[in-house]
Amino acid sequence: MNDLPLLTILIAIPLVGAIASAFLPGATARLVGLGASGAALVWAAIAAFSSYDLDGGMQLIETHSWIEALGVHYALGVDGLGLVMVLLTVALVPIVLIASWHEADDEGNGGSSGFVAWVLALEAMSLAVFTATDVFLFYVVFEATLIPAYFLVGGFGRSGRGRAAMKFLIYQLAGGLVMLASVVGLYVVSADAGKPSFLISDLAALDIDPITQRWLFVGFFVAFAIKAPLFPVHTWLADTTEKATTGTSVLLICVLDKIGTFGMLRFCLGLLPDASQWATPVVVVLALISIVYGALVAIGQDDLLRLIGLTSLSHFGFIVLGIFVFNNQGISGSILYMVNHGVGTAALFLVAGYLIRRRGTASIRAMGGGAEKVAPVLAGMFLIAGLATCGLPGLSPFVSEMLVIIAAFEHAWWVGAVAVTAIVLAAIYVLWAYQRSMTGPGGDFVGVEGMRDLDAREVGTLAPLVLALLLFGFAPMPLLDVINPHVDDIMTSVGVTDGAQGGQP
Amino acid sequence: MTDFVKPVIDYFELLPLLVVFGVACLGVVVEAFAPRSARYVAQVVLALAGLIGALVAVVLIGQDVEVYADGAARGILAVGGTIAVDGPTLFLWGVILVLAVAGVLLFAERHLDGGVSAFAGQAAALPGSEAEREAGSRGLDHTEVYPLLMFAVFGMLLFPAANDLLTMFVGLEVLSLPLYLLCGLARRRRLLSQEAALKYFLLGAFSSGFFLYGVALVYGYAGSMDFTAINESVRNDTGNSSLLLIGMGLLSVGLLFKIGAVPFQAWTPDVYQGAPTPVTAFMAAGTKVAAFGALLRLFYVAFGADRWSWQPMMWIVAILTMIVGAILAITQNDVKRMLAYSSVAHTGFILTGFLGVQASADLAPGEVSALQAVLFYLATYGFVVLGAFAIVSLVRDSGGEVTSLDRWAGLGKESPVVAAAFAFFLLAMAGIPLTSGFVGKLAVFSVALAAGAWPVVVVGILASIIAAFFYIRVIKAMYFDEPVGDGPSVVYPSVLTATTIALGAAATLMLGIVPGPLLDLAGLAGQFLR
Repeated sequence: MNDLPLLTILIAIPLVGAIASAFLPGATARLVGLGASGAALVWAAIAAFSSYDLDGGMQLIETHSWIEALGVHYALGVDGLGLVMVLLTVALVPIVLIASWHEADDEGNGGSSGFVAWVLALEAMSLAVFTATDVFLFYVVFEATLIPAYFLVGGFGRSGRGRAAMKFLIYQLAGGLVMLASVVGLYVVSADAGKPSFLISDLAALDIDPITQRWLFVGFFVAFAIKAPLFPVHTWLADTTEKATTGTSVLLICVLDKIGTFGMLRFCLGLLPDASQWATPVVVVLALISIVYGALVAIGQDDLLRLIGLTSLSHFGFIVLGIFVFNNQGISGSILYMVNHGVGTAALFLVAGYLIRRRGTASIRAMGGGAEKVAPVLAGMFLIAGLATCGLPGLSPFVSEMLVIIAAFEHAWWVGAVAVTAIVLAAIYVLWAYQRSMTGPGGDFVGVEGMRDLDAREVGTLAPLVLALLLFGFAPMPLLDVINPHVDDIMTSVGVTDGAQGGQP
Repeated sequence: MTDFVKPVIDYFELLPLLVVFGVACLGVVVEAFAPRSARYVAQVVLALAGLIGALVAVVLIGQDVEVYADGAARGILAVGGTIAVDGPTLFLWGVILVLAVAGVLLFAERHLDGGVSAFAGQAAALPGSEAEREAGSRGLDHTEVYPLLMFAVFGMLLFPAANDLLTMFVGLEVLSLPLYLLCGLARRRRLLSQEAALKYFLLGAFSSGFFLYGVALVYGYAGSMDFTAINESVRNDTGNSSLLLIGMGLLSVGLLFKIGAVPFQAWTPDVYQGAPTPVTAFMAAGTKVAAFGALLRLFYVAFGADRWSWQPMMWIVAILTMIVGAILAITQNDVKRMLAYSSVAHTGFILTGFLGVQASADLAPGEVSALQAVLFYLATYGFVVLGAFAIVSLVRDSGGEVTSLDRWAGLGKESPVVAAAFAFFLLAMAGIPLTSGFVGKLAVFSVALAAGAWPVVVVGILASIIAAFFYIRVIKAMYFDEPVGDGPSVVYPSVLTATTIALGAAATLMLGIVPGPLLDLAGLAGQFLR
C-alpha cells in the first residue's frame, strides 16, 4: 500500500472526474461528479487511516524532479495541518454537489456539466495546494485554483456575478503576483547558497538573512492576507458571496480561503520564522480589526449572503490571531478553527441558500419572518448553524474560539480583551438575523404561506455537518491528536518555547 | 591599405540562410513566369519546403557544431567573422523558422473571406476605385506576399547572427522592407492598412538612420565594425569614450524601435491594427525574436565590457516599457490594439531578463542564465502571440474581421472552442501557471533579481497585475457578458489556420507543464561566441 502514490491518486480522482463530466450531459455529469468526489473521500479516508502516523512530520512523501533547470520538483506530502485540510476538502465537495443538485440546470455556461466539472477541478487543485511540498508546485496550483473558482463565480449565481468574478480574480491574481516576487526571491537565495531548489525541505534549511526574510515575508503575507481574507484587503469577499451560488461560496470560503491561513503557517512561520515574529505586532492589529470590523459590518447587512460572508472576515481574524500570537494553544486553536469554521459556515451557507431559494429574495428585511412555523426543520438547522458560528458551548467552534482567546490573553491582555468582544457581536449578528428572517407572525409577507420545509436531500446535506459540529464540540480530541504534533513541529522551527504545554482545553 | 582577402565562406553552416534566400529569389521567378492559376499552390509549397529545409539544416548544424574548450560557447564565426553561427543563433533560427512556417500557413488561408486571401486583390488599385472593384470581382489574389515573407525571414535569420555592425544593418533592412510592404496589403479596410504601412515605413526609416549614425560613431571609436574587435577596444578603453557612448545610444534607438520598447513604441498599435492579421501575427512573433537576438548579441558581445554604461539606461527603458504598455492597454477597446500594447509590456518583461546575470562565473551550477531565460521567453511568447492573432482573424461579420471588444461579448456561448483557446492564450500572456508564459516570466524575473535589479522586478510584478486586468476583461466579455445586438460569428477556418492555432496552443500548454527540455536546450546553446 505504501508504494502507491496515494496523494497523486487522490488528486487525480477528481481531476479525471472533472474532465469526464465536462463532456457528459447534465444528469450523467452530476452522477459522475458525485461518484468521483465520493471516491476521493473514501480514498482520502483509506490513505489517512492506513498510512498516516500520528507522530507528526511530513508523511506520504512523493518527490520527483520536474524542471531540472529551475530546481523544481513534483513533491507531495502531508503533515497534521495538511491532513485535516485535505479531509475537510474531500468531505465538503460531495455535500456541495448534492446541495447544488439542480441549481445549475437552467444556467448557460455548460449547465450542470460545467458546474460539476469546475467544482471537481477546484477540488483537485485545492488538494494539490494542501499537499504540495515544493514552493513552485504550490504556486502553480495556488494560481490554478483561481481559474475554476473564477468560472464558478462568474458562470453561476445571481445577476451581476460577472463583475463580482472579475473583482475576485483581480484581487487574487494581484496577491499571487506579489507572492511570485517572493517565490523568485526564495529561488535566488537558494541559488546564492549554491543549490537552486524549490523544495520546502531544502529552503527551510537555508539561513536567510533577516532583511531578506522580511521582504520575502511581505510578499507571502500580502498574498495570504488577500486569500484569507484579512482587513483591509477583504473587499472582494462580500461581493463574491452575494453573487455566487451558495455551493460556490462554501467551496470558496470554507476550502479555498483556508489556503491563506494554511500558507501563513507553512510558508511564513515555516520558512521565515524571524520575519514572522518581526511582523507580529502589525499582523495582530490587523487581525483584531478584522475580528471586530467584520462582526460590526455583518450586523449592518440586509443581504443574508453578504452577512455570512462578512462573518467569515471576523472568523479569519481569529484564525490569523491564533497563528501570530506564537504559543501552542493559539496555533492548535487556529488549525482547529480552520476545520470548525469550514463545517459551521458551510452549514450556514447551505441553509441560507435553501431559505433564499424558497423565499425568492436574500434580503432579510423582505423576508420578514414567519418561516419558523411553516418550515420548522429549516429554521432549526438555521439556528444550529448560526449558534455554531457564534461559538455556543457544545458546538465545535466554541472549542477553537476559546483556545484562540486564551492564547490571545496569554500574548497580551488587551489583545484578548478586544478579541473577546467578538463573542457578543457574533451573538447579535446571528440572533438578530434569525429573528428578523424566521420568527414572528409574518402573515403579510409573500411566499411564507406555501413554503415547503426541507426535503430529504437537503436534510441529508446538512445532517453530516451538524453531526460533525456536535461531535467535535463534545470530543475534539481526535482532531487535536492529529494537529498537536504538527503544532509542536512549528513551535520548534519558530524557536519559541512557552511555558504552557499541551494546547488542550 | 591592406590587401583584400577573400573570406572563406562556410557553406554548410550558412545553409539555412542560403536556402531561405534562394527560395525567396525563386519565388520572384515563379511570380514572373508561372500562370496566375498555378501561382498560389506553387508559392505556398515552395515557401513551406524552403522553410522546412532550412529547419532541417539548422538541426543538422546543431548536431555537428564545434564546442569550445571551456564548454560555455559553441559554434563558428563564418564569413571572415561577420556571421556568428553559435548556440544562441541556432536556437533563434529554429524558433524563427518554426514561427515562419506557421506564418506561411496563416498567409495561405483562403477559407475565411469567401475563397480569397487576406491580402488586397490588386495593391496598386486605389481604395474605393473601379479598378479595385474589378480586382475584387475577378477574385484576384496577390501571391507576391510569399517571396516577400521569405525575404523578411532571411532578414530575421541574418539579424541575430550578425557579428558585425554592417551585417547587422543589412539584416535590419532586409527584415524591415518586406514587412513595410506587407503591412499595406490588407484586403479590407485598405486605407487603415496603407496608413499603417506608411507610418511604419517612415518611423522605421528614421530609426534605421539613427542606427546607421551609431554604426559610424562606434566605428570611429573602435576602428572596426567587428564585434570582437569592438569588444577588445571597449575592454582596453582605447579611443574616445564619448564617441562610444553616443554611438551606443544611437544603436540602441534602432534596436529598441524594432522590439517596440518605450519611448519608441508609438508605431506598434497602429501597425498591428492596420496590417492584415496574418502579417501582424507573423511580424509580432518573428520580429521580436530576431530583434531581441540582435540586441542581446550587440550588447553582450560588443559592449559587454562596458556593462555599467548601458545598464542604467536599460533599467529605465525596461521599467517605462512595462508600465506604459500595461497602462495604455487598459484603455484600448480594440482587440488588436490591446494585443499590441500587451506586446509592448512583454517587451518590457523580456528586457527585464536582458538585465540579468550573464557571466557564467557569477552563476551557481544549475542556475538559469539571462540568455537562457530570454531565449526561452522569446520562444514561448512567439507561439502565444501567433495563436492569439490567428484567432483574431476568425472572428468576423459581413464587413470582415471584428476587432472591437464590445462586439466580442458572448463569444463564449457562440463558439466555446474558439473562445476557450483565446482565453487560454490570454491566460498565458498574463503568466498564469500551467502555461508557458508563467515559466518564462519566472525565469526572467529570477535572473534579474539575481543580478540585483530588484526595482525592475518590483515594477514587473506591478505591471503584471495591471496587465492581468485587461486580459481578464476580455475573458469576462467573452463568457459572462450578453451579446450586444448582432454579435459577430466565428468563421470556421481551413486546416491551415487550425494547424497554426493548434500548434500555438499545444506549445503553450506543453511548455507550461514540461518546460524542462526547451529550458535545457536554451541552456545548452550556451553563451554567444566572441
